[in-house]
Amino acid sequence: MNSALQFLIDALSVGSLYALAALGVGLVFGVLRLVNFAYGDFITMGSYALIVPSASITAIVFIGNWPWPLLIIASAAIVVIVALVCEYLVFRPLRQAPPPVLMIASFGVGYIIQNAIIIIYTARPKAVGIWPGLTEAVAIGDLRVPGLQLVTIVVALGLLVLLVLFLKKSPFGVQMRAAAEDFQMARMLGVRANTVIGTAFIISAFLAAIVSLLLLCQVGVISFHMGTQLMLIAFIATVIGGMGSLVGAVVGGYAIGIVGTLLQVLLPENVRTFRDAFVFAAVIIILLARPQGLVITRAARERV
Amino acid sequence: MMDQALSRRSFLWLHTTPIVLSLLLVIIVLIVAIAQNSSLDRTIIDLLIRVVFVVGLYIFIGNSGVVSFGHTAFMMIGAYATAWQDCCSMVKSFFMPALPKLMLETTVPPPIATVTSGLFAAMVGLLVGAAIMRLSGIGASIATFAVLVVVDVVYSNWESLTSGTSTMTGIPAFTDHWVALVAAVAAIFVAYLYQISRFGLMLRTSREDEVAAKASGVNVVLQRLIAFVLSAFFAGLAGGLYAHFLGTITVAAFYLDLTFITLAMLVIGGMNSLSGAVIGVISISALIEVLRQLERGVDIGLTTIAVPGGTQEIGLGVAMVLILIFRQRGITGNQEITWPFSRLMYKPGGADAAFRARLAGSRRSSPSSAIGGRRHVSSVTKQRGVP
Repeated sequence: MNSALQFLIDALSVGSLYALAALGVGLVFGVLRLVNFAYGDFITMGSYALIVPSASITAIVFIGNWPWPLLIIASAAIVVIVALVCEYLVFRPLRQAPPPVLMIASFGVGYIIQNAIIIIYTARPKAVGIWPGLTEAVAIGDLRVPGLQLVTIVVALGLLVLLVLFLKKSPFGVQMRAAAEDFQMARMLGVRANTVIGTAFIISAFLAAIVSLLLLCQVGVISFHMGTQLMLIAFIATVIGGMGSLVGAVVGGYAIGIVGTLLQVLLPENVRTFRDAFVFAAVIIILLARPQGLVITRAARERV
Repeated sequence: MMDQALSRRSFLWLHTTPIVLSLLLVIIVLIVAIAQNSSLDRTIIDLLIRVVFVVGLYIFIGNSGVVSFGHTAFMMIGAYATAWQDCCSMVKSFFMPALPKLMLETTVPPPIATVTSGLFAAMVGLLVGAAIMRLSGIGASIATFAVLVVVDVVYSNWESLTSGTSTMTGIPAFTDHWVALVAAVAAIFVAYLYQISRFGLMLRTSREDEVAAKASGVNVVLQRLIAFVLSAFFAGLAGGLYAHFLGTITVAAFYLDLTFITLAMLVIGGMNSLSGAVIGVISISALIEVLRQLERGVDIGLTTIAVPGGTQEIGLGVAMVLILIFRQRGITGNQEITWPFSRLMYKPGGADAAFRARLAGSRRSSPSSAIGGRRHVSSVTKQRGVP
């Protein structure tokens, strides 16, 4: 019983992080058909925002010492600004470009951000502890789990609810859904392309900052490639979930979290180092079984 | 007789692209051979190996329109296959105890080892491709990415075959600039012949419109698989050359960085043309080299001017993004480079008439070749995406 609960919490907390990142990737993909490889660097930026730019070995924490609501707002604001600048300078001129060109451009953007970080902060990983209270164990019955896991799950669920409300109720949200369904048609009906794409980037960057802070709490170290792995998983989650479907992105994120955790438990000791190979083999199998993704939207279905 | 000779000459004038591209590489190598600068020499070998790899990448991506992230895995498979065959005869059993006894005892000559490495990669490509070529678009891209990760994890952890994440040394040096040049030219010719063959044309139709291609009787999955296996061969060959060039290989060298930089070369050059693949490699490699020199410092009179460290990477990123913004279809604009005025030299009624006659005779010819006729390499790429 206990181990089952422990497993569930593990899987959900890992999955929550993936789902949030996948949403960030999926939102922008939905409106712009942009596979944003710079997203991992947006995530990385969220943590670097907390420390003072310097080449010193130890991190000089500045924003990271602020009270938590301010800290989140400041970190998110910095990531949002970076994302909007990227959108304005690079992705806006490329809106007409074929998807592979957009993708390589986003990779170029990520490459620039990553190397700018290396120049400013050096490539050395830096230890930064925020919110140490979260790592303490919390007792549920006779089970003790890290509070951070519960916080991650709650934050993810909270943000999901907020996002759903935003997409269903607010005019921006409705426009965004319309644009994701058929951008051309939405524009004809008066949806402003710049507003919709800007909003998508803002929300996506906000999610990146949240993911970044949760990740930082977990690992306690900032490094210039901390977001890369998460971005790749998020990208895969959006695809197996069903490209263009936000529900799919969430489902995909949790699916990868659950499969990963499950394999960690089930695989015998000597093949556990190969775990990721099994996870990605599972990804291929899911793709083959459901090429359109786990959740199929009407917009994603290919029309002749 | 005379007609035949004429048609052969006409055929050549129609297909000057691989010759021009090969000449370009030959000229570059000759200049370097004359200059006798060893660091430049290494840069050029590196460039030629990348040409082999990116042209291989182009065979699949350019003709099918499906972006693959998995070819780096085939390069790694090729590089390690080379090590299995001709690495360090004395300590082979120490590095790779799990190899079959026969392979432990024999040391294959490097040229053969390089080619068989390509064949081995092609075989893996066949197995993998048979499963994932059914997917289209971004799903297929993700599947190839998953292949990359699976292969990376397996090679990083299978200590008894690959010595894990540590470096494997002692592979004989075999790749000089002539060997690399031969391989690059071979890759260019094979890629060109493939793209003007009916298989290449059928695949290109499916790139333009998958549904219409299927309706016209193109077996899209099979055609993709053919291209995938062929391109895996060249990726593996590049891996073999690379192993024979550096003498040492490590798993970490064949992952995301290499994947993205090679993809960037292809897309920046122009992903739908063979010339784009070659020009992309040359221009990005040149850019990297110039930035590297700048970072090292340039002598102007008595003073040395050097740009601050890290400029190389940022400069490369900025240049890539700028090229893409101002030339969204790549440097070559997805066109093939031809010999100047070759169109004027080409005699209508020669190869063209023969070509048309053959088309009329063959019922199963693909629609794009019938439409293409002269300019069989269609550069029509439909605009997809949003305003």
